[in-house]
Amino acid sequence: MSTSATTSPNPVTLDPQTRFRETALVRRKKFTEKLARLTFLTMTLLMIFPLLLIVSYLIYKAAPILSINFILDNPVRGMRAGGIWPAFLGTLYLVGISLLVSAPIGVLAAVYLNEYARENWFTRIINLAVVNLAGVPSIVHALFGLGAFVLFAGMGRSILAASLTLAIMTLPVIIASTKEALGAVPTAFREACWNVGATRWQTIRRIVLPNSISGILTGIILQVSRAAGETAPIMFTGAVFFKAIEKGDIFAYGLFDQSMALSMHLFTISTQVPNVPEALPYGTAVVLLGTVLLVNALAIVLRVYLRSRKKW
Amino acid sequence: MAKKIEISNLRVRYGQKEALKGVSFDVHKNEILGVVGPAQSGKTTLLKVINRTIEFIPGARVEGTVTIDGDNIQSIKNVNELRRKIGMVFPLPVGLPLSIYDNVAFAPRAAGLRDKSKLDELVERCLIQSALWDEVKDRLDSLGTKLSGGQQQRLTIARALSHQPEILCLDEFSIAVDPVTTMRIEDVLKELRSEVTIILVTNLVQQARRLCNRTAFILNGDLIEIDSNEVMFSDNPAQKMTYDYVHGNFG
Repeated sequence: MSTSATTSPNPVTLDPQTRFRETALVRRKKFTEKLARLTFLTMTLLMIFPLLLIVSYLIYKAAPILSINFILDNPVRGMRAGGIWPAFLGTLYLVGISLLVSAPIGVLAAVYLNEYARENWFTRIINLAVVNLAGVPSIVHALFGLGAFVLFAGMGRSILAASLTLAIMTLPVIIASTKEALGAVPTAFREACWNVGATRWQTIRRIVLPNSISGILTGIILQVSRAAGETAPIMFTGAVFFKAIEKGDIFAYGLFDQSMALSMHLFTISTQVPNVPEALPYGTAVVLLGTVLLVNALAIVLRVYLRSRKKW
Repeated sequence: MAKKIEISNLRVRYGQKEALKGVSFDVHKNEILGVVGPAQSGKTTLLKVINRTIEFIPGARVEGTVTIDGDNIQSIKNVNELRRKIGMVFPLPVGLPLSIYDNVAFAPRAAGLRDKSKLDELVERCLIQSALWDEVKDRLDSLGTKLSGGQQQRLTIARALSHQPEILCLDEFSIAVDPVTTMRIEDVLKELRSEVTIILVTNLVQQARRLCNRTAFILNGDLIEIDSNEVMFSDNPAQKMTYDYVHGNFG
């Protein structure tokens, strides 16, 4: 180091006499540091600002109509008044059933791909397929669901067919995010387990899953908002324009019934029905947003709890 | 001397690179065999072949035979049974993200031991043998990953002993351990010799000299010489290279 100091192009900063003095270089570095910090801060604020604007605007517009009865009532007078209960319950059914199908399959498939599968042409094709499926537009999934579930499997346009279509749509993303979470567990832990004669399953159960569960759950729950918000896949496969059901009865739908859904309802009352009071679509949007945010908040609480138990 | 492990004409390739170029030697029952040699000479590969964890390395190809008690390890059906026979300690300590107790109890539990009192007894004995008991006996339920590097290394030694192996392979176990503790562990190893066969891979030639019965010198994947310590560390081992290496005037 001493030789490089003497040949340094900038010997001034290394001279003990002047080393801590504020030279032009130091001032420039300070300025750059401030500039970088400010840029990143601005970008962060830029991101928060529209979000706050959207939410507050929605709530402002929806305020006159928001009440518990708005959620629990059927729409009346050609959907120009009343509540959104059938759509709200329909969305809960669709999202719940679709995740009930896609989460176990997705997580187990990801465990296989990440923990068991050897690297060969077959697993490479599967991984490629997963990545590409995650990028397929939802309207294409809708067509697939129409062909596969509604027509071929004979489910008709029903909650089941729509949920399965949503499941197919969310599956690849769940696989990808679960693989990500599993991959974040250091390989050294696995090797340490194998070295003492633990089987792959013992290793997965005792070490890998407990340390990746928070990431896995995050991935799954992010798909709740996606499944709740998509209109295209359910429009072809099970969601209907209007269907009155028993007020406040959470078992009002059967698996093979058609249902309303919040996203679809929002679309119809905003564009298809004339003379809808302005607050109605905004109210619907707030309920949709609120439901998704509630689920996300739950996920955050769960994640904080699980991360507090994380062991390294 | 009874033979515990017989290695004959062992070749290991990682793709194009040949890590072991056909080495053959025996490990006697209840001896401490030292394995010395510079970096990249195939010492760790040798250990990975013996417990068949080399199978987890993509592209690794193994030729030749290794037998333990006369059984070819390649033909052993239950590979986990084989790995339970062998305790492994690698140079970088890996504490599992479990409590100290569970770290040591992991392997016995995986093998099916459920009895709490037997587990307690086993955990205590392994931690005493790895010279860690006094430091952790009051906090067995705190995390193994929160221990210091040297303590974690001793934790891995305790873990390697926890499934009561017949063979103990130590790869640079003293790298993160202070000299005093190293000496204590070395004393334990000398005691363990009556129960287990020990293979000690080490960069510290003096450690091999004071601890081992025999020492093997491996260089670039070739076995240069294996003999009793009296010969290996004398003034005239069979190979001049051995003399140069153990006396530090190599290269």
